[in-house]
Amino acid sequence: MASTERPLSPHIQVYRPQITSVLSILHRITGVALTVGTLFLTWWLVAAAYGPEEFTRAQSFLGSWFGHLMLWGFTFALFYHLGNGLRHLAWDFGLGFELPQVRKSGLAVVAFAVVLTLITLIAAYAAGGGS
Amino acid sequence: MEMRSSLAHARGLGAAKEGVGHWWSQRVTAIALVPLCIWFVFSAIALMGADLATFQDWLRPFGNALLMVLLVIVLFYHAYLGMQVVIEDYVSGEAAKVTVLLIVKFALFVLATSCVMAVILVAIGG
Ligand code: HEM
Repeated sequence: MASTERPLSPHIQVYRPQITSVLSILHRITGVALTVGTLFLTWWLVAAAYGPEEFTRAQSFLGSWFGHLMLWGFTFALFYHLGNGLRHLAWDFGLGFELPQVRKSGLAVVAFAVVLTLITLIAAYAAGGGS
Repeated sequence: MEMRSSLAHARGLGAAKEGVGHWWSQRVTAIALVPLCIWFVFSAIALMGADLATFQDWLRPFGNALLMVLLVIVLFYHAYLGMQVVIEDYVSGEAAKVTVLLIVKFALFVLATSCVMAVILVAIGG
């Protein structure tokens, strides 16, 4: 450990964004976003243990327009991260490594995330979650 | 020449000196999270806008309480491993890195424990 000035990789500034690189960083961004989301999961569960007042407060925050916006965001983040996580796991088995396949599976993951997010939203509102 | 590293050689390598154990745990938790997260999304849809009594009735059966505790443990462990990698990548300087790692790991541990406690209290109480 002689030098703390180790080289950085890759030099992001000189890279043209490509579907592969954008989707890759999106996995990281959604992972971190979901980790932040655990704060709300914790609030929800702990509020239920605290009592009706605290639980009602948590539920009405989540039911507000801002709460809904946030939940949609987490829903998309979860489905993207899940789909792309499966893509990662396929790579770990050595599957789908050719560049055209990588592009195709990337687009499939985005489509998967968008469609499942929409289905979830429709199901949520149909279940009377608009309240 | 042997093209593969021996296991003894791979053990204890990496920025966190954990060898391949970290990588494996990240994969195993990822696979477990697929069904658990799908179950969670279904449950969350059903529970939107629910009052506490409804929520308690839903969580009290052993199956749901167990799945919720499993989800929480696996999810926080996966996030803990994932955040470790992100921090190791972006926080430069050994002292800052160790400090941020400690804070984030401690915070996630407290959150995870709070969730488990809350599920148990709701499941046995009320
Ligand atoms: C739903 C099922 C999930 C699957 C299949 C999954 C899969 C994965 C995989 C395979 C990785 C490793 C990626 C790599 O090697 O670069 C990863 C990283 C990560 N995951 Fe997940 N994950 C899931 C859910 C979650 C959840 C719910 C959270 C947060 C609470 C989360 C947070 C993270 C973080 C922070 C990383 C590190 C990102 C990085 O290193 O770039 N994941 N996930």
